[in-house]
Amino acid sequence: MSALILIELNGSEVNASSRAAITAASQLSDSIDALVLTNDSSNSESVSKLAGINSVKMIVDDSLEHANVEVASKLIAEVMGGYKYLVSGSSTYSKNILPRVGALLDVQPISDVCEIKSNNTFVRPLYAGNIMATVESSDETIIMTVRATAFEHSGDGGSAVVEVLSLIIPESNSTFISLQESQSERPELTTAARIVSGGRGLGSKENFALIEQLADKLDAAVGASRAAVDAGFISNDYQVGQTGKVVAPQLYLAVGISGAIQHLAGMKDSQVIVVINNDPDAPMSRMADLVWQTDLFGALKELNEYQV
Amino acid sequence: MKIIIPIKRVLDPYTQARVNKQTEQVDLTNAKMAMNPFCEIAVEEALTLKESGAASETIAVSIGTDKTVDTLRTALAMGVDRAIFIKTESELDLQPLHVGKILANIIKREEAELIIMGKQAVDNDNNQTGQILSGLLDYSLGTFISKFDLSSDASSVEVSREIDSGIEIRKLNLPAIVTVDLRLNEPRYASLPNIMKARSKPLETIELDSLGIDTSPRIKVISVVESGTKDRASKQISSAEELFSELNQMGVL
Repeated sequence: MSALILIELNGSEVNASSRAAITAASQLSDSIDALVLTNDSSNSESVSKLAGINSVKMIVDDSLEHANVEVASKLIAEVMGGYKYLVSGSSTYSKNILPRVGALLDVQPISDVCEIKSNNTFVRPLYAGNIMATVESSDETIIMTVRATAFEHSGDGGSAVVEVLSLIIPESNSTFISLQESQSERPELTTAARIVSGGRGLGSKENFALIEQLADKLDAAVGASRAAVDAGFISNDYQVGQTGKVVAPQLYLAVGISGAIQHLAGMKDSQVIVVINNDPDAPMSRMADLVWQTDLFGALKELNEYQV
Repeated sequence: MKIIIPIKRVLDPYTQARVNKQTEQVDLTNAKMAMNPFCEIAVEEALTLKESGAASETIAVSIGTDKTVDTLRTALAMGVDRAIFIKTESELDLQPLHVGKILANIIKREEAELIIMGKQAVDNDNNQTGQILSGLLDYSLGTFISKFDLSSDASSVEVSREIDSGIEIRKLNLPAIVTVDLRLNEPRYASLPNIMKARSKPLETIELDSLGIDTSPRIKVISVVESGTKDRASKQISSAEELFSELNQMGVL
């Protein structure tokens, strides 16, 4: 009944969602291996240090630097032979690859698991998280992604053996061209302790800089509503919500966000929610622990100038 | 080049999903239904390709009971050339793997080279069907796309993918499946004349049973609960000083 974790790397570091996947898998199996698809064998170092991992399986090929999904899914399907579970953290990386593995193994994958009830029964969100469903899989093999906000992030302390698998790399019909990576010195959105998030109320890209300024002051990550992203104030990878990122920080400070259910779905589990908005009827305000009903530009100016 | 656009009928995204306390399942009785918003974006992209002369035909496909025809008629009214309706006798709990197998069957029959579909349906939020379909057909795959450029010889597409770390650009050789994200385009509304015209556009009905695909559930929904956002005891504040002092007391700074 062993489990395989598909590890996602950020450069040479293990993504936080993969650490959540290890915690989830530890509730299902005593024997957990990690699988790393990479172009650089030195990347196994951070993976072999993960606590709770038996062994690290690594496949090294240039096509795996930017996760060619056709190649990756065939390789994973081949490696899955001896495993009951394939678990990965919910991210665009795993959501791209795992369902295709499911197709190759004739398995119906389970997305965004938030709780493990038994070895085949899980809780997952439907309807932007407004409904939580308990679902039971009847597949022999279980493939799932887990929400990084729903499981502890497993730490380091292990010393797993690394095994390089020499599999034949399949042909592919697609090629990587480029990656426009968002450069930021700020904490990563999905793991930040504090988030300052801006919405349509900011009005322009220039004004959105006020959100970034406040985030820097609080050592917080920057987030955004869909409306702010659609309006071009900030790029898509900052979007919080049903189709963006799901976050649960200690502090979520929402500025000029009215609070569509799709946005609330992505942040409702935040520990403390602060809302700054001039609209008393905005759904966001009902979610708040603290509400500052005011002109948001005045408030941002005051906050940015305040001597902590 | 033929384009197939699989579309799904879902609970209107501006409506709150409700639970039937007896059955412990989502209650869609008399609920307002609509085309999944991501499917509308897929339809729009296919129509743009048709209008540019790059596509020869656009075909919408959907699976469900008779009511699903409404959603297909909406796609026809937007401008899709014809529709294929996979008819089920009752409301089945079809899962992405089943839908993938059904669509694969239709795509092979139609010999379609490009499939444009939503990245997820806003009811079950699985975000799986396009990926599964690509695996079943061994087509190249571009998920979460916000930009789409067909090569001049129509042999490949260059797509921009919205991923966690930024935007990834890939080239996919056809045949390919792309799943669309929110920022690809702004879907059009169907005009009244086009709604009228859609009534006479071809809509082929295929009985699901005639395809011989095993649709027994792989995943059983045992129960559901509403977990909507809980209102909190909002405390009003009125200055930066007050805010910082409250946050300090709460220990979140």
